[in-house]
Amino acid sequence: MTNKILFTKKHLLGLEDFTREEIKLILDTAKPFKNLFTRSIKKVPTLRGRSVVLLFYEASTRTRTSFELAAKRLSADTINIAVNVSSVKKGESLIDTAKTLESMKSDFIVIRHSYSGSPHILAKNVSSSIINAGDGFHEHPSQGLLDIYTVNEKKGRVAGLKVVIVGDILHSRVARSNLWGLTKLGAKVILCGPPTLIPKDVQKVSPSNIDIEYNLDKAIKDADVVNILRVQFERQMEHLFPSIREYSLLYGMNKERLSRAKNDVLILHPGPMNRGLEITSEVADSLNSVINEQVTNGIAVRMAILYLLSSVKE
Amino acid sequence: MKIVLNDEEIKNIIKTLAAEIVKRYKDLSQVALVGIHTNGVYIAKRLNEEIFILTGKKLNLGVVDITFYRDDIGLSDIIKLAKDTEINFDINGKEIILVDDVIYTGRTIRAAMEQILEIGRAKSITILALVDRGLRELPIYAEFVGKVIKTLPNQKIKVLLKEDNKLKKDKIVLYDE
Repeated sequence: MTNKILFTKKHLLGLEDFTREEIKLILDTAKPFKNLFTRSIKKVPTLRGRSVVLLFYEASTRTRTSFELAAKRLSADTINIAVNVSSVKKGESLIDTAKTLESMKSDFIVIRHSYSGSPHILAKNVSSSIINAGDGFHEHPSQGLLDIYTVNEKKGRVAGLKVVIVGDILHSRVARSNLWGLTKLGAKVILCGPPTLIPKDVQKVSPSNIDIEYNLDKAIKDADVVNILRVQFERQMEHLFPSIREYSLLYGMNKERLSRAKNDVLILHPGPMNRGLEITSEVADSLNSVINEQVTNGIAVRMAILYLLSSVKE
Repeated sequence: MKIVLNDEEIKNIIKTLAAEIVKRYKDLSQVALVGIHTNGVYIAKRLNEEIFILTGKKLNLGVVDITFYRDDIGLSDIIKLAKDTEINFDINGKEIILVDDVIYTGRTIRAAMEQILEIGRAKSITILALVDRGLRELPIYAEFVGKVIKTLPNQKIKVLLKEDNKLKKDKIVLYDE
């Protein structure tokens, strides 16, 4: 068995651009990083002297903290740019902000932005490695990777699994990254949600591996994994479903639905949860739930991402 | 390609090195063999079996993977898949013998030492290698060495052990790149 693999990606913009082998390499690299967490010193000197700028134009606790911890555990320096107290407030453009950060010799820029494609613009204009931490309705690749890592860790495989993604697929970058990653690794994905929240062309990602089912009870029958998306109140301006109560009734994951699913079904949620809406507390805190594991795994996966991207020859 | 050590010679070297370890340390319970992935791990295991034959005791056994401690990240596109470091004994106060197949520039040993020092305060660290091929780039000295082989930088040494290969016999070969 050879354990030397070629990896040439400089940026992580979306899982759409990553091959099956590259995704697998990230998952395999995350494993030894996760094992570090049980040591008293959780830090390795791997990225000593490198700097990681966290440029978040949208709210985030989980992702930003996770990237920051990942960078710190690799001994890199991190800088947080709080956009609402920075020059961005004075009207500085995205490219100018990024060019400034580049001039400060930042090796990585981790960016979250409400416009789809912002990380791609940065990748074209600055020399730092760009990591997409969520761009508009496009992708959130590190979340997709940590979801897949968690599934693989618990189930021992991804290929052949039946994964239901339920909720607001239309506005969900998490769903899109999951779709790319899961189908590349051979899982069968069933998208479930109100018809208004499932875009028509989404099956194009991998037509033979993606099904749409508007009825959650039918969707979760025989499912190995149910990934529950957050209802994004901040995005639904135009009332895409009649009422919260109806949504919860039709698409909320509750104890009763869980009891009809497979005994060993995994429940994932990218957080933050609206408890009582898309997921009840009983489900979120059940033995099937791996929501807290997802957070731990997120750090290991992000360490793997930073490590692999910086391994690329200049 | 030239065979520098054959199966029989490797077997004898491991026996000799095991005897040297037994002779060198008074209290074997305070000694630990730590193999460096991947061949170092196999060699450490074999040494431990020989030590068991000689003394009826086995030493603490550990494994280090130096991938995250390398000093050449960003200098190559080739990724080495990291494996786990497993030190399941208290490293504080132990006499550590770092085990590798070949000692060369000393950079691997440097990385392994850094990792061990982070895990705990070992009483001492010494180095064991089947082959010392010279050409050190760091001030590092191997105390237990199976065979010294003078080499040039453009030469390669390959250690083929039964554990990792479908071969029936061990061998160490030297060849020009």
